[in-house]
Amino acid sequence: MGFITESLRTSAALIVSLDPEVFATVTTSLAVSCCAIVLAALIGVPAGVVVGLHDFPLKRAAITLLNTLMAMPTVVVGLLLYGILSRQGPLGTMGLLFTPSAMVIGQTLLAVPIVANYTVGVVQGADPRILPTALTLGAGPLEGVLQLLRQVRFGIVAALIAGFGRIIAEVGVAMMLGGNIRGYTRTMTTAIALETSKGEFAFGLALGLILMTVALAINLFLNTLQQR
Amino acid sequence: MKLFLKLGLTLTLIAGLCSVAVAGERLRMSTTTSTENSGLLKVLLPPFEKKYNCTVDVISVGTGKALKLGETGDVDVVLVHARALEDAFVAAGFGVNRRDVMYNDFIIIGPANDPAKVRSAKTAAEAFRLIAAAHAPFISRGDESGTHQKEKELWKAAAMKPAGSWYVESGQGMGEVITMATERRAYTLADRATYNAYRSGKTDLKTVFEGEKGLFNPYGVIAVNPKRFPHVKSDLAMKFINYITGPEGQGVIASFKAHGEPVFFLYGNKGR
Repeated sequence: MGFITESLRTSAALIVSLDPEVFATVTTSLAVSCCAIVLAALIGVPAGVVVGLHDFPLKRAAITLLNTLMAMPTVVVGLLLYGILSRQGPLGTMGLLFTPSAMVIGQTLLAVPIVANYTVGVVQGADPRILPTALTLGAGPLEGVLQLLRQVRFGIVAALIAGFGRIIAEVGVAMMLGGNIRGYTRTMTTAIALETSKGEFAFGLALGLILMTVALAINLFLNTLQQR
Repeated sequence: MKLFLKLGLTLTLIAGLCSVAVAGERLRMSTTTSTENSGLLKVLLPPFEKKYNCTVDVISVGTGKALKLGETGDVDVVLVHARALEDAFVAAGFGVNRRDVMYNDFIIIGPANDPAKVRSAKTAAEAFRLIAAAHAPFISRGDESGTHQKEKELWKAAAMKPAGSWYVESGQGMGEVITMATERRAYTLADRATYNAYRSGKTDLKTVFEGEKGLFNPYGVIAVNPKRFPHVKSDLAMKFINYITGPEGQGVIASFKAHGEPVFFLYGNKGR
């Protein structure tokens, strides 16, 4: 029990003192995951709308593929991109490995299937009359789809929350592609892994509590957005 | 649509606020976990970064992987401890300008009651033979790190091929292995720096064998070969090597203490 109380005390002290190193890992985590979820939304929502609204021969296969990609282990995404981004890999000349950009790419890949999958479900579950009605009222196809998205916006935000939850909490991509560089690519999760490896369990757990606090704050914020 | 707009704007704003502009060049160094986890780099790097207005990005992994990162040109300089592998790295043309930096040593640690009677051993190889003969649990790093290389060397010297349920290949870092050995009441080979950091409250394992010449653990710094990888920052890498092997860097290493004890030693004082 001493271990738990010690970590509670440590996390409170770290938050109150605004420890610069902890602050840096929190901002890195947030910056990387926010960039990634914006990119994932730009790719995943349109993809989900296309799959959800159209009937095409391999539709079931496409949905199964999206479902499977949701189960992709983060280290596998990390390994794959590592091979591509390393100096020896096809995109090596860009020098992206061990930078925040590499982490953004990896986390985007992790979040896209989740966002797309949720969007498929949300679009399919929407009132089927919305789109035809909008079209007969003189809206263009794009306008019609936007109208539909407006109707299901809560579902879409839920998709983004789910995607964000996956990537802010993941450690595989951040560790492999970021390299856990202090003050540059160290995130909340890689810092926790490091402290654990040093045997600083209470400190690691304290960082975990801070991560949960940050996640709570973000979800409260999104909640108020949804309620408006 | 307003909701998405607001959401997008907020997220972009957070992302923008968080992306910090960093001045100067970045030098990328792969190193072993012991240099980072002991806290040495925290005092060794800032004077260099200040002097040359640069940032040193440290990727701390096992020695095997640290050298791999050099072989693929993903880092500019490596700071590792596995002399044989380092020489092979230079011979294969991946690295240039290898220099000795400092040393510490390996120790064999185990439960205080020493069930395998390792304390009676005269050599490290004999100590390993005793552990194997008693089938006392032994945790191996199993991760191709510098410590793992040394361990394999010692099994070879003992003319043994460790196998069986007593021999645990963990595939984890030094810290995790000490924790695991503590929990399982097992023996392990540890570098003194990491063990010292663990001795105050994190492990009750004791040093059961130490002091043999074969347990010497030298650290070397190597610049990644710019002829092979034209993109590496070899100027800055050379400046870094000169710094840590020069009076300034060596002074920092000599005065560095963890838990009140010196951890790394210079070649000037002792040894070669």
